[in-house]
Amino acid sequence: MADPMRIRAQASGDKTTVRVLMAHEMESGQRKDSSGKLIPAWHITDVTASLNGKQVFSCEWGPAVSKNPFLQFVIKGGKAGDKVSVSWKDNKGDSRTDEATVS
Amino acid sequence: MQARALCLAALGVLAASTPALAQKTSTQAIEEYREMLQDGNPADLYEMKGAELWTKKRGPKGASLEKCDLGKGPGVVKGAFVELPRYFADTGKVQDLESRLLTCMSTLQGIDPKEVIDGKWGKGERANVTALATWIGSESKGMPFNLPQSNAKERVMYEVGKRLFFMRGGSHDFSCASCHGEDGKRIRLQDLPRLSGNPGDGVGFAAWPAYRVSNGQMWSMQHRLNDCYRQQRFPEPGYASDATVALGVYLGVNAKGSKSIVPAIKR
Repeated sequence: MADPMRIRAQASGDKTTVRVLMAHEMESGQRKDSSGKLIPAWHITDVTASLNGKQVFSCEWGPAVSKNPFLQFVIKGGKAGDKVSVSWKDNKGDSRTDEATVS
Repeated sequence: MQARALCLAALGVLAASTPALAQKTSTQAIEEYREMLQDGNPADLYEMKGAELWTKKRGPKGASLEKCDLGKGPGVVKGAFVELPRYFADTGKVQDLESRLLTCMSTLQGIDPKEVIDGKWGKGERANVTALATWIGSESKGMPFNLPQSNAKERVMYEVGKRLFFMRGGSHDFSCASCHGEDGKRIRLQDLPRLSGNPGDGVGFAAWPAYRVSNGQMWSMQHRLNDCYRQQRFPEPGYASDATVALGVYLGVNAKGSKSIVPAIKR
């Protein structure tokens, strides 16, 4: 199973800044191993985020995103105590969801 | 005559300052790059993993590491990192953080140290030790290094480390001091700290374990030393071997008073 994400969400004024660190190999599918064989692509394809259960963010990722990716985005609204949850899915069908409380 | 001498002196200054200026801008650019990376240091992920491993019941004995003595008493983690390597009476040896973790894993959890010593970087139990070292190091963030030298064995290890540091050998006739024995040296765009003295806060010994952005790996001090030897074309030193611990004592004692920034982030 995938390792947990680290999510930090901080409210300031009418905005909430969310910073997410994900643990993922993000293999591009372009690299070869020591015996010259192509290492198959293995990367996150979909990322979504929700604030108190309502989806506020979604994006599609490809092989160009780095290993252990860092993502930062701003949500309109949100106050201390709200729940931010982030999910990802990868091309092998693995997924992970983690939740953080807005501070 | 006097004017000519002055003119020559001025030329000398100019020649010396031009490359220094160019170097400064690239160094500054790297500084900025590091700052940008700082906010999302993936070392945090390893820190989380290490914290979990510390309290998790594992191994044939099904125990956690919470009773592990890192030098400040069983279970005391805060401040332990900045006083290692040190002498441990129970093993009768000077141990660094990673060799001490091997002792704890074997005595408390029943995990065979061979699994780590013969393992591969970033894999299996060796990766677990790196994660544990990352978390334990992070618990002493901002604290100054203060390695004990009260035991005779600790002083012997310092002396051995010093000799290893200056020992030249291998196909390129290199020593640690070839790169780390003078101020102002660099390899490509990486500044090389002078480790025969105190390099200051968050540099050298005070910066590892660190996350390497270029290869996406978390590197412990053992990994750092191992790769230094690889680059010198020396045979690989054994994992947690006395030689690596001795070098750790030498670097750690030299860094006395410098503050730890572990876990750091490197390009």
